[in-house]
Amino acid sequence: MQLAMVVALVALGLASAACGEGDTSDGATCGDDSADAPVFAASSLAEPFEEIWEEMLSLDECPPAEEVSFNFAGSQELRIQIVESGSSSFYAFASADRQQMDLAIEGGGVGGEPHLFARNRLVVIVPENNEAEIETLQDLAADGVKIVLADEAVPAGAYARAFLENSSDDSAFGEGYADAVLDNVVSNEPNVRQVIARVQLAEVDAGIVYATDAMADLADDMKVIAIPDELNETAEYWIARREELTGRGWVDFVDYVLSDAGQDILEEHGFIRVDR
Amino acid sequence: MTSRAYSAQRAGEVMLAAIACAVVFLFLVLPVAAILEKAAHTDFFDEVTSSAVTDALRLSMVTTTMSLGLVVLFGTPLAYVMARTRFPGHAVVDTLIDLPIVLPPAVGGLGLLMVFGRRGWLGEPLDDLGVQVAFTTTAVVMAQTFVASPFYIRSARAGFEAAGQELEDVARTLGSSRSGAFLRVAVPVAMPALTAGAVMAWARALGEFGATIMFAGSIEGRTQTVPLAIYRQFETGIEAPLALSAVLVVVSFSVLLAFRLLTRRAALTL
Repeated sequence: MQLAMVVALVALGLASAACGEGDTSDGATCGDDSADAPVFAASSLAEPFEEIWEEMLSLDECPPAEEVSFNFAGSQELRIQIVESGSSSFYAFASADRQQMDLAIEGGGVGGEPHLFARNRLVVIVPENNEAEIETLQDLAADGVKIVLADEAVPAGAYARAFLENSSDDSAFGEGYADAVLDNVVSNEPNVRQVIARVQLAEVDAGIVYATDAMADLADDMKVIAIPDELNETAEYWIARREELTGRGWVDFVDYVLSDAGQDILEEHGFIRVDR
Repeated sequence: MTSRAYSAQRAGEVMLAAIACAVVFLFLVLPVAAILEKAAHTDFFDEVTSSAVTDALRLSMVTTTMSLGLVVLFGTPLAYVMARTRFPGHAVVDTLIDLPIVLPPAVGGLGLLMVFGRRGWLGEPLDDLGVQVAFTTTAVVMAQTFVASPFYIRSARAGFEAAGQELEDVARTLGSSRSGAFLRVAVPVAMPALTAGAVMAWARALGEFGATIMFAGSIEGRTQTVPLAIYRQFETGIEAPLALSAVLVVVSFSVLLAFRLLTRRAALTL
């Protein structure tokens, strides 16, 4: 009898949990509340997007729900959440490359038009103490250097590998450069922020990340080695709404990102603006 | 209460229990069934013979065997001591042993990094000696050992406790040494519990993900075990992770079932 009741309660719990999904509207008075859903954004966008959000909240007479926020992760992971998991509870998707955006659109998860809104470059970061004495890009290929990259499925990881290939074609580096550096890779991380964490902890000797990551507030405990423009890869950031909007009356996140004010904030955080 | 009313109530209870059981059973079984069914629609053979998958399977087999060896080697004496002795703080030690069961594995991974990482308590002196642990296959084994140990130690301790000390005392009076009594009497008597614990510990090590990715990172053939490979492959497509998951489901199920049948037979012959 007791067992039966316990089992029945569990079953009830499961059933009510299943019914509890969806229906989270809180009767927003300012029109389309789909904009209350979070923005899915590449992890490298965390700082400028948080700041843009603050700015928006201060401007908007009709601010979206407080808890509305962001889901920051590797662009490929967000694309999976959008396409494979069929997540529709997001407002816009901001990808660190065009490929993940295209895959999200092809997969039917994103219906809005994609807009190029920022560019980024790569840099090499080393821990403050720089135990492995990495001064030049060539030093990355030295024996025993421990490197972390973002996984090649992550835009930052794909760009990093493209930079290594570019360098291998350069006589100053030599043909074997990319392979030698890749041999030194001790871990492929699921997003670019984890590459930074490994370097800051000095668990590894070097990592390749976006220039903006090295400018962000969290860029303590590390030093930056620049990559020359001719070898560097330009990351393109694209943003698209889940659905095209019709006649919204209040400040829109995507519009704000593309606006002069939004571009200013992105530039402050080291991104290359696209509106000039 | 009349007997008719009683039997009606009873039928109601049975019905309710049956429905509840069916719901829970389906909840547990459907995801596994879905993986097997969807995996059957992939180019299963091509997927499981790709180098990333075979590397991951081989690495998982090697590392889980090693961690199980460590768990048994060091866990058995500890379980025995915990079963046979009482000392101040016994309950605290016992709780500490169990802690990895409830801690999120990521916490375990972070802790291992703080001890054995390059800036860690032991990692820094080791690094000076030229020994580096993080990001190696050794780190994978350590992460698995950390999360899997309690499962073995708990079971082994219960086994030693159930066996009681009397048989060992008899062996001692017959001239057996303390370690002889442990190896020839206590261990064989507690064997079913030791085996059960070992199987659970191995299964836990096989599924280990969080501590491994924190402490060992992810590199094909070196630290990318099956769970890490599933996570990694999921980012580029659904076919490879499905095939790999199906392999893991079949292997885990076979091991658990074989263990169950073997222990039943052992219990019958005793």
